[in-house]
This record gives sequence, C-alpha cells and structure tokens, in this order.
Amino acid sequence: MAEPLLAIRGLRKRFGGLLATDQVDLNVVEGETYAIIGPNGAGKTTLIGQLAGELRPDAGAIRFAGRDVTRLDAPRRCRLGLARSFQITSIFPDFSALANVALAVQAHAGGSFRFWRPAAGERSLTEPARAVLDSVGLGGRADVLAANLAHGEQRQLEIAMALATKPRLLLLDEPVAGMGLDESQRMVRFLGTLKGHVTIVLVEHDMDAVFTLADRISVMVYGKIIATGTPREVRGNPDVRRAYLGEEVPSPC
Amino acid sequence: MARGCRALVLGVGGLALALVPPLAAALNQPFYVDLFRRMMIFALAAASLDLILGYGGMVSFGHAAYLGIGAYAVGIPAFHGVDNGFVQWGLAIVASGLAALVIGAISIRTSGVYFIMITLAFAQMLYYLGISLETYGGDNGMRLARRSLFGPVDLTNPAVFYYVVLVILVLCLVVGGHVVDSRFGMVIRAARSNEPRARAIGFSPFRYKLAAFTIAGSMGGLAGALLANQTEYLTPDFMHWTRSGEIMFMVILGGMGTLIGPVVGAIVLLLLEDVLSALTAHWQIVLGPILITVVLFARRGLHGLLAGARPRDG
Repeated sequence: MAEPLLAIRGLRKRFGGLLATDQVDLNVVEGETYAIIGPNGAGKTTLIGQLAGELRPDAGAIRFAGRDVTRLDAPRRCRLGLARSFQITSIFPDFSALANVALAVQAHAGGSFRFWRPAAGERSLTEPARAVLDSVGLGGRADVLAANLAHGEQRQLEIAMALATKPRLLLLDEPVAGMGLDESQRMVRFLGTLKGHVTIVLVEHDMDAVFTLADRISVMVYGKIIATGTPREVRGNPDVRRAYLGEEVPSPC
Repeated sequence: MARGCRALVLGVGGLALALVPPLAAALNQPFYVDLFRRMMIFALAAASLDLILGYGGMVSFGHAAYLGIGAYAVGIPAFHGVDNGFVQWGLAIVASGLAALVIGAISIRTSGVYFIMITLAFAQMLYYLGISLETYGGDNGMRLARRSLFGPVDLTNPAVFYYVVLVILVLCLVVGGHVVDSRFGMVIRAARSNEPRARAIGFSPFRYKLAAFTIAGSMGGLAGALLANQTEYLTPDFMHWTRSGEIMFMVILGGMGTLIGPVVGAIVLLLLEDVLSALTAHWQIVLGPILITVVLFARRGLHGLLAGARPRDG
C-alpha cells in the first residue's frame, strides 16, 4: 500500500493534568473523507490544532505527503498543502469577501514582497478568488464587507479561503457549527462535491453531516481513539455506543 | 480610501500647501512658512507611524526614537564638519532604518501591552544615550552650525527649504499609498485584522511586519533630519517619550490607517498649539478637552469626519 497522505504516529499532548491527545495513531489516504467524532472535550480540536501546526505535540510524529512536518509551523504547513477552517469563524472582517479570498490566493502564490502594484488590481489574484467564491456560492457577495455577511455566508467564506490555498488536505473543524438546517444541508452538499478532489479531515458534531460525507470515521474519547472504521462498522461498535451513552447515538441516516 | 480619492486629496492638499509661502510673503507674515514647514515635518513622522500603527496594528510607543536618530545623523557629521546633505540625510535614513530593524526584530515577537512597553523602553534607552553624549552637548543638545548643503539648493532660504519638505512629504505619501495597497501592504493589513487567520492561509507575518517597521523607521529618520534643519539645534528631547506620544496622538486625531489623516492630525494639533498658546499660558488646559472630545466623538479621527461614515474596506 502506498504511503498515506497524512500519517500520525504516537501523538501526545498534555495540558497540565489533562492528557488531551493520548497516543493517537491515524492514517488518512489520499482522496478520502475522514471524520473524527467524539463527545465534547474529547480532544478533537486539540488534534486539529496539532495537525495544522498551531500546537506543538509533546511526543509523536506527523507525516504529510511523505514529509515529516511535526516541527513545521502553521504557515509552512499551509504552503505545503495543509489548509484548515476554524470552529469559531475566523475571517478578515474589515476586508471584502473577495479580498479575503484573494489574500489566500496571494499567500499560496508566494512572492508578497511586492511594494508598488495595487493588489486589488492584480487579476492573477482576483480571478482565481472570484472562481472560488462562485464555487462556494458567494459569487454575488464578492464586494460585501466580510463582517456584514450572514453567519452561514461567513462559514462558506471560511471554506473558500481554505480552498483558495489549493490544499491537498483540508482540515475542517465543525464546518456546519451554528448553521440553520437549510444552510447546513447546503454546506454538506457542497462538501460532498469536493469529495475525491481534495482529501478532507472533518471534525463534526452533526451526525447527519458525518454519516453523509465520511468514508471512514475515528471515534475519540478522552484523547484516545477508541474505534476506527467505515460508518457502518463504527455505528455497530459497542465501545462507541458506550462512549455516547446519554448523548446522541450515531443514528442510521 | 479609494485610490483615486487619495490622489485627489493629495493633489489638492499639496497645491494648497504650495501656496503658503507666496501668501505669507503677501501678508508679510514669514512666520507662517516656518510654522507650516514644521507641520509638514511632523506630518511625515505621523504618516510613517501610521504605516505600522494604522495598517500594521503595531502600537509603537517609541517612534520619536527615529526622529532623534535622524536629527543626530545630521548633527554629528555637521559637528565634525561634514555638511553634505546627501551624506547626512542618507545616514539618517540608513541609521534609523537599522535601528528600527533591531528594535523591530525584538519587539515584533511580542504583542499588546508588551509591544508598547518594549518600543517605549528602546526609545527611552536612546534618549538616555543622547543625554550621555557629552561631546554632543549631553542633555542640552547642540546647535546645528549650518543647515545641510545640497549644492545649489539653498536650505537657508526659508521658501526653498519649505518646498523641499513639501516635495519629500508628497513623495513619501505617494510611496506609502502604493505600499499599503500592494501585496506587501495586504499582508500586514491581514495580520492586523486577524493574525491567526493570516498564518492559517500560509502567511508568515513576522518578516513582513519587520520590513514595514523598518520602512517606517527610515521615514521617521528622514523626518528627524528635516527637523534638525528646521530647528537648527538638536537635543535628546527629540526622543523623549512625550514626543512619541505626541506623534501617536497626531495619528489617532487624524485617523489611523488612512495616511492622509495623520497629516491632517499633525497640522491641526500644531495649529491648535500655536493658536491656543498665543491666547493663554495655560493653553494645555484648553487643548486637552478638545482632543478628548475628538477621540470620543470621532472614533475614526478627523479623516473619518471629513470623509463621511463610509466603512473602510480592503
């Protein structure tokens, strides 16, 4: 078997007395959509933070695209093709939607030590940005200040920025969090269209979204991965059912 | 502000300032040439601070340091008999840029209150360094024997010196305007707006912020070289923290992140000082409440008031 796109070995992260990531091993194959689920406080966002390069693991290794990236910071990992979206919307509120995405295009293109030409007039930045905005359904809102977009639109913008960096792997931290039913269904449909084009690692509480999108699922509890498998396998796993006792049991969709 | 709009304001403002010397001559009030030249020099310092404060979100509380370095870069060579303006002003730009590079490399790793305190501490260190330079007058400073020499361009002629300052100010504003809208400018503005996001899309903001800090330092140093020629003396007081505060106030009063705003802020602040100090010895008691009112009721500064309540966008 070829080397997986993302390979995590023995990852550990401790915050004081709390072992937030406990010996996590994980392989993500190119092209698949991989979901990580688990009850609140299981350490999913901490894991994403370590994958994106914002948190340093205490032990373990992360290999991405055949390269050890454990010591690389977030900007460098992003330039290698590892982009993320945030659980709590993180955009440039005082820039237009188009400028938000154009910035991501610019970051990917490199060469930002250019001091004279106005960036807003560079078609090599604005045209790809427009195309990405169109693809997430924000084409008509390009000139709106990002702060003035509706919550759902900001979530879409968040994904658009990640996509504009042309990632090989997209880390999505609760992409439908706080969305209404309509919006979240639209987002899930959109993420479905990405399947196969870009590898996705998804952290999500919305079980409908997870079971619609994921090819494989890992269940995380108290920093440990207790089960990994196809949606069907995970749903039938007794340990998973026990972990979710009193919470939403992953239901067939 | 839209690009065309900025060019228009710059053109009209530049022309209006160009009319000051003939008007002052017609009214037989040569003092105004001196006053407006001083305003433009501080406008340059304030605009350079705005590059990092308004656009880069770096609250540097030590910007007067570069003013002082620029002034000493004129004064020290002059003391040793080197009067060539290209040497003096070139030295001012390079030395203050280097100082900003070092100060920035250390302070940009911090943020918030720590950044403010570190930049302040560096400026105060340089202030005390100035005091310790006994050869160059210690805390009394020293007189500048003569203004910088630029061949046929005679800075001792008040109007000639005035137009030199005006041209430098306009050029720096044009360059600054291009810088903030360029790819480079977009990176530092993005980092101000949301640094974790900027990093997550692949920018490493540190070197861009450091470069901006260095450019701002160089421009501040040039303003210092002009100031030494303006006052024909220099003292460590040029670097005192109250001077840094004054420059910062010009930026906030005029409107952060606008470049033109700080120019307006510098002109208005110095004009108020001039008018009020003629009326009463306790002019600061009057100036204080005026400034507080502007900051409270015009959150985006005078520029925001004049340009209307349009939202700023990228």
